[in-house]
Amino acid sequence: MNLTLKVWRQKDKNDEGRFIEYSAKNISPDMSFLEMLDIVNIDLVKKGETPIVFDHDCREGICGSCGMMINGRAHGPGRGIATCQLHMRSFADDDEIVIEPWRAKSFPVLKDLMVDRTSFERIMRSGGYTSAKTGGIPDGNSILVPKPVADEAFDAAACIGCGACVAACPNSSAMLFVSAKVSQLALLPQGQAERETRVQRMVAQMDEEKFGSCSNTYACEAECPKGISVVHIARLNREYITAQL
Amino acid sequence: MTIKSNIPKGPLDKKWSNHKFNMKLVNPANRRKYKIIVVGTGLAGASVAATLGELGYNVHSFCYHESPRRAHSIAAQGGINAPKNYSNDGDSVYRLFYDTIKGGDYRAREANVYRLAEVSGSIIDQCVAQGVPFARDYAGYLDNRSFGGAQVARTFYARGQTGQQLLLGAYAALNRQIDAGSVKFYERREMLDLVMVEGKARGIIARNLINGKIESYAADAVVLATGGYANVFFLSTNAKASNATAVWRAHKRGALFANPCFTQIHPTCIPVSGEHQSKLTLMSESLRNDGRVWVPKQKGDSRQANQIPENERDYYLERLYPSFGNLVPRDVASRRAKEMCDNGYGVGSSKMAVYLDFADAIKRLGKDAIFEKYGNLLDMYKQITGEDPYQVPMRIYPAVHYTMGGLWVDYNLMSSISGLFILGEANFSDHGANRLGASALMQGLADGYFIAPYTISNYLASNKFSPVKEEQKEFTDAENSVTSTINKLLSIDGNKTVDEFHREFGKVMWDYVGMGRTKQGLQKALKLLPEIRSKFWKEVKITGNAHDINTELEKAQRVADFMELGELIAIDALHREESCGGHFREEFQTEEGEAKRNDKKFSYVAAWEFSGKPGSPKLNKEKLDFEEVHPSQRSYK
Ligand SMILES: Cc1cc2nc3c(=O)[nH]c(=O)nc-3n(C[C@H](O)[C@H](O)[C@H](O)COP(=O)(O)OP(=O)(O)OC[C@H]3O[C@@H](n4cnc5c(N)ncnc54)[C@H](O)[C@@H]3O)c2cc1C
Ligand code: SF4
Ligand code: FES
Repeated sequence: MNLTLKVWRQKDKNDEGRFIEYSAKNISPDMSFLEMLDIVNIDLVKKGETPIVFDHDCREGICGSCGMMINGRAHGPGRGIATCQLHMRSFADDDEIVIEPWRAKSFPVLKDLMVDRTSFERIMRSGGYTSAKTGGIPDGNSILVPKPVADEAFDAAACIGCGACVAACPNSSAMLFVSAKVSQLALLPQGQAERETRVQRMVAQMDEEKFGSCSNTYACEAECPKGISVVHIARLNREYITAQL
Repeated sequence: MTIKSNIPKGPLDKKWSNHKFNMKLVNPANRRKYKIIVVGTGLAGASVAATLGELGYNVHSFCYHESPRRAHSIAAQGGINAPKNYSNDGDSVYRLFYDTIKGGDYRAREANVYRLAEVSGSIIDQCVAQGVPFARDYAGYLDNRSFGGAQVARTFYARGQTGQQLLLGAYAALNRQIDAGSVKFYERREMLDLVMVEGKARGIIARNLINGKIESYAADAVVLATGGYANVFFLSTNAKASNATAVWRAHKRGALFANPCFTQIHPTCIPVSGEHQSKLTLMSESLRNDGRVWVPKQKGDSRQANQIPENERDYYLERLYPSFGNLVPRDVASRRAKEMCDNGYGVGSSKMAVYLDFADAIKRLGKDAIFEKYGNLLDMYKQITGEDPYQVPMRIYPAVHYTMGGLWVDYNLMSSISGLFILGEANFSDHGANRLGASALMQGLADGYFIAPYTISNYLASNKFSPVKEEQKEFTDAENSVTSTINKLLSIDGNKTVDEFHREFGKVMWDYVGMGRTKQGLQKALKLLPEIRSKFWKEVKITGNAHDINTELEKAQRVADFMELGELIAIDALHREESCGGHFREEFQTEEGEAKRNDKKFSYVAAWEFSGKPGSPKLNKEKLDFEEVHPSQRSYK
């Protein structure tokens, strides 16, 4: 396949940034999207130019490093996948592909397609845990969690922290991300002790990071590579209200 | 160099408890005065940093990712072992110890392995308390599955994402300490050198990957939990950035490197699809619980899998190993798959694959049950290959996956450099010549939560520390040497990219230092590998500069180190004239084609010392004594 790419290039945080056109030639449909970019990058380096910078690591949809807007969609076409799981067989010969970084005030661009998601870190640090100390813990089976509850908690815990939900949202809201953690710990017996302070602190930190508010468009759920459900947002809202009372 | 393993005296099952009692403690009020650097935030790094922070030490945690949660541990799929005996099938600490020693083909230290088995039960409790959503049954009890090399079900799991859930648990514990101010976290920093003062590890040099600044950090002890080196082969199941730079540079500063040739090839990975392939994807070992491995009985059979009738299929693992069947250890399963393909029974267009078939399990348990257990793995397979494993058998082939070798450590997990502790996959300690499935997660968390916090405290309490400053000569010298390597790389301006060199190097590693090794092949590798390395230093092309984000420069440094480490792997493999576990020398096999050890000559840990120049390391030996388990020819029949 031969493709035309329009890639966002931005030198650093302060640079304005612009689209640059590249052609990707002789691409096999079995390649992954990132392997296609690897090939473009090899050409760029050989020509003495700097390669397109993007975050990636596991290349199997679990580390949450990768993420770009591909033809206007977070993680590109296809449901339930991260950018690294996208394969070129999803495109047709001679397609034009527009590639941009996540666009959100709380995710400043560091370079090209790489953004700074440390705002997510600060939210997690503000309460995304149980205060279990190392050691002195009773046997694992002394806390019973029936399968349906364990499963629901797992569904929420599957979030990879990629930020696609924020990028897809017209308001750049982080509600899906935050609700996934709040919901996981609210469902489990282990999370009960700090249930109220957790939701309050995490929401306060989310606001401080200037993420937008949720207006129930559900674009987040549609683009989430792990299919995190907006049901968790409803639970977060309930938890938040109860905690305020 | 004399090496001392510092294994405590006394009976095996009392060693750790006696040692814990004998170790010195640091008074809680004094702990804040000790500064500890932890490099790496995978299971081992995150758990130790969180625990040390909680104890009250002044902890500084580093990783090259933007977040601790991106560490490669996140990708572990199948599960984590613990001898809880919840399945009531006769499991015990002793059995886990025994299985691990045997699985490692008698090339691990008994005392370390016993301790690992002993503390592993607490890991499950710890993770449960953190809110890790392990699989449960309807009554709410924890569920188990089986893994290779064991006849009991002792593996705890969270669907096919166990590593993710365990790491998120450790990450949460770390976050709690960052929030509390006891741990300071530095993201996107790559450690490029170890700083020694008066013979002790006293700090690190790191590059800030955003602005390129070379930064010095001083401390009283340094912990490396920087993962394994499987990417030396270029294609492996490791994450793209996983690398050996931290351990390699520590090695060059004097830390011994143990058993580098003990590398693990995992039997069930998605086969290579073409030249463009950038990494390989693992299909968890847990799939062998329900999937059956087979090839056609007829050589070169080109029919579709579904058209090959039952009696024309060879379920060769079940045939050769009736008691363990599809659940033989990894080294055995990998070798058999390679042999089948080499002998012309391979399937798929490349003929370098065997089938892993779920048809029987789907018939027996239903599609839903299979989805429930392995859904995400089967989806991943479909995504990558475009084939539906619920309809047609999966095609799998072995791939490099894990490295049992690593920096040498004593019983306290301290390297041959005082004050330098090595945890997780980065050390060599517990898996001998072959790691059993679901035991890396166990080891990383055992090291981090339950072992190193005690032994590091003991080290701090037993030593005097002269004050060191980041401005002093040892730091500025190390900074200068790091900067000059970077400048040298940037100035070459050749004509080949880092990836091209890495691919070329990795191919030689795979062809001659991979699954089947021979004297001739290894000698050939030892000729080719240094040639590629010297070409690299003359012809590599890196664009951009050192003062901002430069991913090519990051890769170049890692690959430069791999090119030195790769040679050491080949040297170690050549010197070890026996087969054991993952190290298979074709000259040394039993009549049935199994690994043939030579206990008389090689029952030791090969701990290599850097001599000042790559390619001419000095060998030190730590003899392995077996008091409990008597080494025998492993049998899984
Ligand atoms: C696909 C896959 C599946 C697996 N499945 C299982 C399983 O089911 N069960 C099991 O027990 N094991 C499994 N393993 C093995 C297991 O995941 C690893 O051995 C283990 O997670 C390693 O953990 P770690 O903490 O030692 O290192 P890692 O998780 O690799 O972490 C390394 C850390 O070090 C940092 N780092 C490295 N170098 C530097 C440097 N120079 N400067 C700064 N930071 C640095 C990185 O940023 C990272 O934070 C699997 C492995 C793979 C590849
Ligand atoms: S909720 Fe989904 S889209 Fe948002 S960070 Fe988590 S995995 Fe990514
Ligand atoms: S690279 Fe890890 S999720 Fe895509």
